[in-house]
Amino acid sequence: MLKKRIIANLVVRNGIVVQSIHFKKFLPIGEPAIAVDFLNQWGIDEIILTDINANILGNPPDFKLIRKVSSKGYVPLTVGGGITQIDQIKELMHSGADKISLNRGAIHNPDLITKAASVFGSQCIIISIDAKMEDNEYKVYDYATKKTLNISPAQFAKQREEMGAGEILINSVERDGSYKGYDINLIQSVCDAVSIPVICLGGAKNAKDMIDVFKKTRVTAAAASNFFHFSEHSVITTKAGILKHHNIRIDTYADYQENTFNEDFRLKKKEDAELEKMLFLKIEKEII
Amino acid sequence: MNLKQKIIIIDYGVGNTHSVSNALFFLGYRHIKISANETDIKNADAIILPGVGAFDEAIKNLKARNLDILLNEQVKTRKKPLLGICVGMQLLAEGSEENGWHEGLGWISGKVKRLHLANQFAVPHVGWNNVTSSVQKPLFMNTIPDGHYYFDHSYYFDCPEKNISAFFKYGIKIAAAVQHENICGVQFHPEKSQTNGLRLFRSFLNSIS
Repeated sequence: MLKKRIIANLVVRNGIVVQSIHFKKFLPIGEPAIAVDFLNQWGIDEIILTDINANILGNPPDFKLIRKVSSKGYVPLTVGGGITQIDQIKELMHSGADKISLNRGAIHNPDLITKAASVFGSQCIIISIDAKMEDNEYKVYDYATKKTLNISPAQFAKQREEMGAGEILINSVERDGSYKGYDINLIQSVCDAVSIPVICLGGAKNAKDMIDVFKKTRVTAAAASNFFHFSEHSVITTKAGILKHHNIRIDTYADYQENTFNEDFRLKKKEDAELEKMLFLKIEKEII
Repeated sequence: MNLKQKIIIIDYGVGNTHSVSNALFFLGYRHIKISANETDIKNADAIILPGVGAFDEAIKNLKARNLDILLNEQVKTRKKPLLGICVGMQLLAEGSEENGWHEGLGWISGKVKRLHLANQFAVPHVGWNNVTSSVQKPLFMNTIPDGHYYFDHSYYFDCPEKNISAFFKYGIKIAAAVQHENICGVQFHPEKSQTNGLRLFRSFLNSIS
């Protein structure tokens, strides 16, 4: 059975992973390669790395950085930011990227979608859409000019699907970094418009929001940027919480199946007697 | 396990060659080449044909480098072990209907067709799915039963049952792995399937004496 995916979105600015809040405030987190290493060990299903500054500065993708981070992860890596030409996509593939995401490219250079799909196949092309509420309607938002476009994310997604997109990543500017949960209406509107897989992003605080979005919409993947960075084994504990409601993949040795969580999906402490027993558990490292 | 094996990852312009090389390096292999060079192919103990891309682009690139002829000699005549990944696996077929009909290498009978599925099954088929193997040798000797592997494709290899060594379910049963003599192929991406994928590479390379 195909499993719903839990995706980490690494927002990179000037070579550093940042916590983004409403597309306005950016707090430094650390080295992308270290983040990828941990996310991989904790069993993330996929990683999206988005350089939010490349387009604004007119820079090409940072191939050296991609080469470095890709050697730390054995899960699919999607790279976005600064892509304007087919040759750059080729170079990214040679640097360890498996898919690419187009955001401003999809707005201003839609031919690139069709061209890229014909060379690399649709499955390689993710269209990343930022949405903003204006006059009570969802509009596509251009983060570089900070302006909305006169088109709904659903309609935009549908058009890009026809041009050859393989997946849609839908993000909400208002929910970005807010911990208020996903924008279900926005996500549902995009899911209804397309037949390709949709990934949602923006606002997730913990496993509860992911359980919720899987229940209420047809998204095939839920992504989060910030909260994975701030607790040990964050990916596994999140997945353990979700697994009680939806069938997802947990392949890590530690799976937290025996643990209990509080209402905020934080791990509850085990009984002292239980911890005492665990002191003597020997865990053999698997040699492949 | 022989870490001195010479492994060549065929570089024909459309593969995620670096990802495959990373995985093999992690497993301890140090004689890995990413190349399309004739001598490198002739010297290799095992050949990996990776692939992220459209079928027509992949076969066009392969032929432009004369790799179809070179590989045919090494794989069909000299029986060198080959593992095709994703489009690299689809290239083993007689042909594909992606972007119009295009002929493949024709090493394994069957055709590559578009996934036409019921509405609730989004295409491309993207993500982690369980793979059930029916033939263990050479790919699934070290793997766990019904393990998760990462898929990302809109087309599938429609081939005779006798050539299918593993399948997955997505509305219908579809070939996840195919093989014929020394030639193997997987629709999923072992280089992106964490531990399960690494086990599969080890299994394939251990089968080579």
